Amino acid sequence: MALETDRLRERFADELLEAGEPCGQPVVAVKRGRIAEILRFLKEDPALAFDSLTDVTAVDYMNRDLWERFAVVYNLYSFSRNARFRVKAFVPEADPSIASAASIWAGATWAEREAYDMYGIRFEGHPDLRRILMPDDYPGHPLRKDYPLKGRGERANFRRYTAQED
Amino acid sequence: MGLESSFENNVITTLLDKVVNWARKGSLWPMPFGTACCAIEMMAALGPRWDMSRFGSEVIRFSPRQSDLMIVSGRISIKMMPVLLKIWEQMPEPKWCISMGACASCGGIFDTYTLVQGVDQFIPVDVYIPGCPPRPENVIDAVLKLQEKIGRERVREKVHGA
Ligand code: SF4
Repeated sequence: MALETDRLRERFADELLEAGEPCGQPVVAVKRGRIAEILRFLKEDPALAFDSLTDVTAVDYMNRDLWERFAVVYNLYSFSRNARFRVKAFVPEADPSIASAASIWAGATWAEREAYDMYGIRFEGHPDLRRILMPDDYPGHPLRKDYPLKGRGERANFRRYTAQED
Repeated sequence: MGLESSFENNVITTLLDKVVNWARKGSLWPMPFGTACCAIEMMAALGPRWDMSRFGSEVIRFSPRQSDLMIVSGRISIKMMPVLLKIWEQMPEPKWCISMGACASCGGIFDTYTLVQGVDQFIPVDVYIPGCPPRPENVIDAVLKLQEKIGRERVREKVHGA
């Protein structure tokens, strides 16, 4: 097993759901409850030193019979060790929220806004959780698997500019 | 001894439409609304290799107040459409619009939740250019077609939305 997984298992045994190494890259699935602690440990533990958060995104595992419907995916990179690691935190459909990683890596802010925009996952403690790609008044979260590709009529009924607005 | 000397103290009669249209069509000032890959071809059409200035329409203006031809080249999302409308409203009359490429004209391959399926749902388009992307020659052809069209216009009727 990978060093990262072992270190996590020592500290957060109850949080780990699954660990594997697909395509040679260590990946763990965790519960969402202590995700901020886990991420901070991965960053600050001198043996791991994941100083860079490459990306935060989400996956919709609808109808896949996993722990929960959504997974928030953290891709980590350590410059000093030249190592990569991926953490997936599972988030239930009924309450799609998770602690924000923005206070750990400032670069998380925009990526979390995108995950919020596309999947409707709320990042608690995020300094400015707004949509980043879709219009502010857009009603849905279009990357969810049950969202129709052509939308639900948004493209025909969006807010229009009128000359009076000037 | 220029040409003017042979017209000295003379009068020419013609239709007002013809004079005005002739003046308008020879110097279209395009407002480029380039949002995607098509814009690259539009830039090529304006550049030295294809040189749209040969047809009197090279004075690209990045201010809508100074332009009379909007070239929509690229995908227009529902977030961008209010911006496009605002810029269109800011262009003074008379004004014309070329919808360049499949995306601007009908959404192209992007039949998705976010893309406007043709800018002609919101602004009057005079010439459509098919293609993905159209070549610079097509852009020049569209300008020539627009010039023909302007030549046939009635000046008094040329006010959008009036
Ligand atoms: S029509 Fe093709 S080239 Fe033009 S903006 Fe659309 S995808 Fe790009």
